Amino acid sequence: MQRQTISAIRYGYGLGPGHQPATDAGTMIDAARKTAQLAPRVTLAERAKQIAAYREARQMGDDARKAAQRKLRGEGMHDVRALLSMAVTDPGFGARLVSFWSDHFTVAANGPLLRMLVPDFIERAIRPHITGSLPEMLRTVATHPAMLIYLNQVQSVGPNSRAGQRQDRGLNENLAREILELHTLGVTGRYSQSDVRSLAELLTGLSASRYGFQFRQGISEPGPHTVLGKSYGGRQATLEHIEDALTDIALHPDTARHLAGKLVTHFIGIEDDAFVTRLADVYLTSKGDLPSLYAAMLEDSRAWQPSFLKAKLPFDFITSALKAAGAGANDIANIKPSDLRTGVFGAMQLMGQPIFQPPGPDGWDENPDAWITPPGLAARIRWAAAFAERIEATHDPRLFLETALADAASPVLKFAVGGSESRVEGIALTLVSPEFNRR
Amino acid sequence: MQSRRAFLTRGLALGCSAAASPFVTPVTFASAPGDNRLVVIVLRGAMDGLDVVRPLGDAHLATHRPSMDRDASLPLTDYFGLHPALAPLMPLWQTGELSVAHAVSTPYRDKRSHFDGQDILEAGVSGSDIGEDGWLNRALSLMPGTTSNTAFAVGHDNLRLLMGPAPTSTWSPDSDLDLSPQAQLLLQKVYAQDPLFHEAAMKAMELADLTDNPMATRRAQRAEALARFTADRLREDTRLAAFSITGWDTHANQARTLPNALGELSTAILTLKQDLGPIWQNTAVLCLTEFGRTVRENGSNGTDHGTGGAAIFAGGALKGGRIMGDWPGLAPGDLYKDRDLMPTRDVRQFAAWAMAGLFPLGQSALESTVFPGLGMGDNPGLIA
Repeated sequence: MQRQTISAIRYGYGLGPGHQPATDAGTMIDAARKTAQLAPRVTLAERAKQIAAYREARQMGDDARKAAQRKLRGEGMHDVRALLSMAVTDPGFGARLVSFWSDHFTVAANGPLLRMLVPDFIERAIRPHITGSLPEMLRTVATHPAMLIYLNQVQSVGPNSRAGQRQDRGLNENLAREILELHTLGVTGRYSQSDVRSLAELLTGLSASRYGFQFRQGISEPGPHTVLGKSYGGRQATLEHIEDALTDIALHPDTARHLAGKLVTHFIGIEDDAFVTRLADVYLTSKGDLPSLYAAMLEDSRAWQPSFLKAKLPFDFITSALKAAGAGANDIANIKPSDLRTGVFGAMQLMGQPIFQPPGPDGWDENPDAWITPPGLAARIRWAAAFAERIEATHDPRLFLETALADAASPVLKFAVGGSESRVEGIALTLVSPEFNRR
Repeated sequence: MQSRRAFLTRGLALGCSAAASPFVTPVTFASAPGDNRLVVIVLRGAMDGLDVVRPLGDAHLATHRPSMDRDASLPLTDYFGLHPALAPLMPLWQTGELSVAHAVSTPYRDKRSHFDGQDILEAGVSGSDIGEDGWLNRALSLMPGTTSNTAFAVGHDNLRLLMGPAPTSTWSPDSDLDLSPQAQLLLQKVYAQDPLFHEAAMKAMELADLTDNPMATRRAQRAEALARFTADRLREDTRLAAFSITGWDTHANQARTLPNALGELSTAILTLKQDLGPIWQNTAVLCLTEFGRTVRENGSNGTDHGTGGAAIFAGGALKGGRIMGDWPGLAPGDLYKDRDLMPTRDVRQFAAWAMAGLFPLGQSALESTVFPGLGMGDNPGLIA
């Protein structure tokens, strides 16, 4: 199989008309650097204003509240359009990295406040750092209001801090635990309950106001706190002490292995201990420099093995169908709200991926079996049929197959598409084929 | 010529009887192993056993949880009271169709990760080497006369509990699919090369006609839809079924968040009872969670990940109305690692005795194959 095909399907959102995917690490990573520099859709000040308006409306009567909710749903539509638009217009790897790291540092949009903050989290805490360093991304993530709210850090108060003594409030371990278990060392990493506890004590003070992140000395637990054998903070921890601890945790050898393994699992799906060890070494010697890590993966022949072992997640399935049909930013902007509701929000839910709402802080399942289930595949088939009806007037099934899959299409699929009874049938078959749903 | 709308789309034919459809495998001749039914509900997120079944007789409870309201508890025994959000289940307690095992846990200790905890709960093993299959699948493999419809995983999430070599079914009540014969043939061709897609598609076609539920997206409706579909299957050939209910991870404002999850749980149980009709008498429902929560409330009126907790059982097959287990007490010296309820019995013992009471499975098979390495201990008399 051609390297271009593998590049588009495994490291991007698939092929589209006129799409010339890069096949060397340098070009792919340079393009991702441009993705990292994209401006956020909405400024932080505007988001803060929206949140304030929503909070105010909540205090008022039913009508005001409903109007605010409608406004919120409208904003949500813009956020999803922005995500779709980035995915179909991006050269590929950069957009996929945004998705990978957003999932690694999952914040589920539980409730209206997080619903507004998650897109900001993706655009401001994740995207600018995809070609930076992991310690830097972790520090940003751990101080973004979305993460602090989602994992209950805003409720954590040092029991011996001034506020803790006065208000009789205490620690909440949630963020500290997930940083160690999910974001860095991994659940098999060498940490203990006492590390979780000490990190939770050290993290007290990380908080959010209506204007964004805030460090509140008054709730910070007096230290020092020993995390993974190192003492931080002295009598009174500051934000710098917390950032030092996060940097050290991010550069722990167990973190290197965990992240290298996750990257290989996510993109390639092979199990190869030696490969993971090599990537982990690169991560450690480069001090968590992500482009070095990506380059080490992409310059290895194992990154280009021809079998597609993973399944596209529902968002990727829908996006790559749009891309194969030639949709651009304008087309995304012109999708009717009702189509967006049923064709994207509703469809993703039926396929098992309610948008912005992964089941827990460990994010979406990496295992293809979790997605290609009877109900999940049934939903893809129904979506493909409806989508094929929309585009059949402008797409010849044989050309569509060639555009969407190039030399990844099996002879059996080519035969079936060529022998299908209608244009709709041929397009739908392409979209529901294993070739189109794997990556 | 085939109308193009008929391809892969819901046509007017939907709603016609399953018997008329060429895609439904006839299942009526499959012999099922006995009349008893088991439903396992996985409570994902770690249910706070101490708040759901409250040891009101333990004076330390109030000290550990000063800000949590216990006044509205419903009396179960002299010592324990039930969370008021489970009030709809009180009639079951009175008729002996509800019971609880308290201070129980899986063998999982100390790291308190939801995901590992759930994996171990569903794998049913003692150590950290959890393998790929779940205990319900291993139990199924020991039963005679089973088919892929004997055990059903209901809903969108992957239940490790039922994964494994014995064939099982999975479906969600909000899915449907109606394929023309041509479409089915073409799909079979295209999917023949990829077993993952082949199996999912064939099962989807077989099951599509069994569902007539509209999409249920609100939480209470979701629980009801899951339970309703489960009951439908159990009235046919299915004997083992499992689904999950989320929302138990109550790190903050537990008084406000826990009742939502409890409401779903009681809706699920009462829907099963109602829809199963007389079969409810042959049914046991095991509600299991990955671990309990801290004995002390945390700084945000919630509780953090703990160890010992409670399991809830329901069904007409139970000898219920009892709190089982060995109560360890909540005095500071009695806690596990000075923070959690001390687990005094392995929750798998109760699952194993339930299996032994419902199905033709001997103790040695349960202790070696279904729950490898488990000692089942004394029979708690869970099943009547």
